[in-house]
Amino acid sequence: MSNVIHIEEEENELLAKVEEISGETVTLCEQCGICTTSCPMAEEMDFTPAGIMHAVKLGDKNVLDSKAIWICASCFTCTVRCPRGIDLAKVTEALRQIHLRKNKDHVNLEEVKEEEQEENLPPIALVSALRKFTG
Amino acid sequence: MKLPYYPGCTLKKNAKNFEISAMAAAKHLGIELIELPRWNCCGAVSSLTSDDVMHHVAAIRNLVRVQQMNDDGILENEYRLIVLCSMCFNVLKRSNMLVTSNASMLNTINSFMDTEPDYEGTVEVKHFLEILRDEIGFERLKNAVRNPLKGLKISPYYGCTLLRPKEIGIDDAESPSIMENLIEALGGDVADNPYKSLCCGSYHTVGNAEVVAQRTYKIIEGARRNGADVIITSCPLCAFNLDNRQALTEKLYPGFKRMPILYFTQLMALAFGYEKEAGFDGNFINPIPLLEEKGLIGMKVQK
Repeated sequence: MSNVIHIEEEENELLAKVEEISGETVTLCEQCGICTTSCPMAEEMDFTPAGIMHAVKLGDKNVLDSKAIWICASCFTCTVRCPRGIDLAKVTEALRQIHLRKNKDHVNLEEVKEEEQEENLPPIALVSALRKFTG
Repeated sequence: MKLPYYPGCTLKKNAKNFEISAMAAAKHLGIELIELPRWNCCGAVSSLTSDDVMHHVAAIRNLVRVQQMNDDGILENEYRLIVLCSMCFNVLKRSNMLVTSNASMLNTINSFMDTEPDYEGTVEVKHFLEILRDEIGFERLKNAVRNPLKGLKISPYYGCTLLRPKEIGIDDAESPSIMENLIEALGGDVADNPYKSLCCGSYHTVGNAEVVAQRTYKIIEGARRNGADVIITSCPLCAFNLDNRQALTEKLYPGFKRMPILYFTQLMALAFGYEKEAGFDGNFINPIPLLEEKGLIGMKVQK
């Protein structure tokens, strides 16, 4: 019995797009999982950091609809620990940018306005959230 | 020593006590921090994409101001820009690194800022903690203390942007010591925390405060179980998340007890004898009862 998996590189649009935007070579990932065990947000994620890398390598576009790419806060813990030297924070940034570059914001500005007034949010919180969640 | 200084937005609003205490502490050490004229918001977070130039303009424009201060004679051949806010530090340093290693990117930004002088890549972005370690030194710092923080168990919280990524961080990304050395120099006791560089949830405090409060709990309990009375930080967003978000943490975790969160400069000001400038009335969790109990405030400081 033989199982043959055909991977045709030219079909993997997602990988090409992510590598272009991030400047990172996602295919270097060997799925060791250090990123996932290091991630302070992993428990909140539907795709783990290693899972995100795997999905991009396979061209699985479901990762674009994941909660995980938005919950990553670019803390760079995975980046400093990746034994393959991949800057994973740039990979999740690229995945967010694929949405944001189509002018699809990930935040409701009216709700933010109310919250800002109620809670005296610092400018640093507002500016960084809007930079990460709007195009 | 006169050094140019970039405050960033939050030091003019929620974190005024960070700036005022830093100014007092710096002055005591013979450092005059001169605020950049016409500075602008750095953007708070860096754009991490390979093709984005636009979002680095704001950071680079601030570096032009340092050049101008030298050209105008406000500074004498001083190109080290001092930053207090960890996030601003990280953003300014990353943009500076990018343009100084990429001539075409620098050229694009300079052409875009056509009403500004060109940025020549001469500025070095430094966190204030680096100046304390590398320029003043912990020995001299220790000698400047008038009111040692005796008996106060202080836990350092580094967060993300002081340490990561490695090429930007001011200390070892996995095992930093700069804040521990500062605490010891000020006469305090270090309480370690396994979560001292765990992300606090950052900007998720907008729209997803629960995710932050869960991390606030973990970080504060990590410090408490190591005996901490108080946590210090250098990031106004971490400070908001660790300090103000304790109100929500309390609701999520019955039995949770509040812990004061301070900027490292507030304890420097206190140790140097500037209790008023330490701005302890500006923190969300009031640190005054703790500091009184330890006999560190409300006492006459020997001059």
